[in-house]
Amino acid sequence: MTLSLRMRGAIVSLLLLGAFLGAWHLAVGGVSATQVMDPEYAKLMGITATQGKSAMPGPLDVGRTILTHLADPFYVKGANDKGIGIQLIYSIGRVMVGYILAVLVAIPVGFVIGMSPVMNRALDPFIQILKPVSPLAWMPLALYTIKDSGISSIFVIFICSLWPMMINTAFGVAGVRKEWLNVALTLEVGTLRRAFTIILPAAAPTILTGMRISIGIAWLVIVAAEMLVGGTGIGYFVWNEWNNLSITNVITSILVIGVVGMLLDQILAWCQHLVTFPE
Amino acid sequence: MAEKLISIDGVAKRFPGAGGETTVFEDLWLRIDRGEFVCVIGHSGCGKTTLLNILAGLDSPSEGAILVGGKEIQGPSLDRAVIFQGHALLPWLTVLGNVAYAVSSRWRSAPRSEVEARARKAIATVGLAGAEGKRPSELSGGMKQRVGIARALAIEPTIMLMDEPFSALDALTRGTLQEEARRICRETGQTVYMITHDVDEAIYLADRIVLMTNGPRARIAEVVVNPLPADRRQGQIHHDPHYYAVRNHLIDFLVSRSVILRDTPPPDYDQRNPPVIRLDGRTPVAHAA
Ligand SMILES: Nc1ncnc2c1ncn2[C@@H]1O[C@H](COP(=O)(O)OP(=O)(O)O)[C@@H](O)[C@H]1O
Ligand SMILES: [Mg+2]
Repeated sequence: MTLSLRMRGAIVSLLLLGAFLGAWHLAVGGVSATQVMDPEYAKLMGITATQGKSAMPGPLDVGRTILTHLADPFYVKGANDKGIGIQLIYSIGRVMVGYILAVLVAIPVGFVIGMSPVMNRALDPFIQILKPVSPLAWMPLALYTIKDSGISSIFVIFICSLWPMMINTAFGVAGVRKEWLNVALTLEVGTLRRAFTIILPAAAPTILTGMRISIGIAWLVIVAAEMLVGGTGIGYFVWNEWNNLSITNVITSILVIGVVGMLLDQILAWCQHLVTFPE
Repeated sequence: MAEKLISIDGVAKRFPGAGGETTVFEDLWLRIDRGEFVCVIGHSGCGKTTLLNILAGLDSPSEGAILVGGKEIQGPSLDRAVIFQGHALLPWLTVLGNVAYAVSSRWRSAPRSEVEARARKAIATVGLAGAEGKRPSELSGGMKQRVGIARALAIEPTIMLMDEPFSALDALTRGTLQEEARRICRETGQTVYMITHDVDEAIYLADRIVLMTNGPRARIAEVVVNPLPADRRQGQIHHDPHYYAVRNHLIDFLVSRSVILRDTPPPDYDQRNPPVIRLDGRTPVAHAA
């Protein structure tokens, strides 16, 4: 009875998953009394009414769908029928472009805010007002000015990734220990070298925390943005499958979105681990 | 005749506070000769660190000036190395990285190999050869302080400013490090301004011991010339015939006279030339009651 904590956790996880899948299977597979009805009407009502089977797919249906998607994730059968893999690539691509642009803006600006008390006060009101705005509220403005739905989604990702990174960078930079800065001062290290050799490594763990929050938000927002503007992407795929009444595909997408989000987060967690130093 | 290197000329430091300005000290005068080891003793809050920061160029005096080699201090300089109270190593760099950072700041265009060679040499000097690849978090307090000393030494400064460098160490480590610090400073001809709380440390290390009264408005009460011979050995100083006279004088100062001398300085007290105390048995010492 000396299983490691990790093992015990894994066993409970598996049990919970099993219980959930079992309950799901039983809940959607249950047969309720069917009504006797006119065969033509029964055709219209579909399988739900005639066989007492729920329209909600069971875990086995979803499993089968996942397998078919995995078997051919990149098919293209027309503008509105592309494989889930292609849709994911669109979404990840948009998130990456918007996110990297945000990194390029947020980190330098965060540095300036963190290093200059004047700039901190000057920019604070703008940040305070813009930060709580839902990124989707920018969408109409983006569509109007940019006139391209894909680029507008990228812009929305850019906006929503900006704030956590900027605020964390400023916070990390402002909080660099005085004694480390004094080391640089007594060694007559110039401002630029000081920024890269002292402030950046000292603030890196805090900056990475901001980057991790941002990627999480960006992945949340991209689904909503693509639902709104349509065309391509996993968000559009979910909405399209809802319109097709393919609940199996919707559930599959939810799973896939979750897994990709987790991977993005894990990548940044790993980066964070790389720059974290023990004291 | 010794050559004057540092000259503290009528320096004052005032900090803005809630109820007006507080004057840490004012009209402070002191000269330190080249190659001299000066220890400063005084109670917490009397302004020892403040003075060190001004000497380092990290802070500027409210009045007066400090001259080094005849030139007024305008800011930090690589000629004045600081050994910080809290060692202040950069935790994301290794031991070698920390020392090499200082070396490459001193010799900006030196090739990597030279930077590394100088850093390794300094690390070996403080007895840490073999620990170059370790991070500060993997080192004991004594080893961290050694790295701090190596970093200061590596840039070949003319002046070392040390803020209670050994106060956080156990007695044994402290003794060893004091011995090494003294050897290194003598070999490299360092001029040292060192703050300490430890009377024995001051007696072992210092050529002169500066006694500061309590703050605010602290003064340099006296400057005690260390009567112990230059070849004194760590752990043996209490066998010296002058040892107890010096020690008692310093302890008396810390216990009672540090307050008395601030509030009622002797009638002939001159800020510019604080009394010089020699306890070598030849000059009689007048003790305040
Ligand atoms: N940045 C500062 N702002 C205001 N007061 C300060 C500042 N730095 C030091 N002081 C005050 O100056 C006095 C001397 O401090 P310090 O030089 O650190 O003393 P010591 O090193 O002798 O213990 C203390 O009363 C301290 O509160
Ligand atoms: Mg102090």
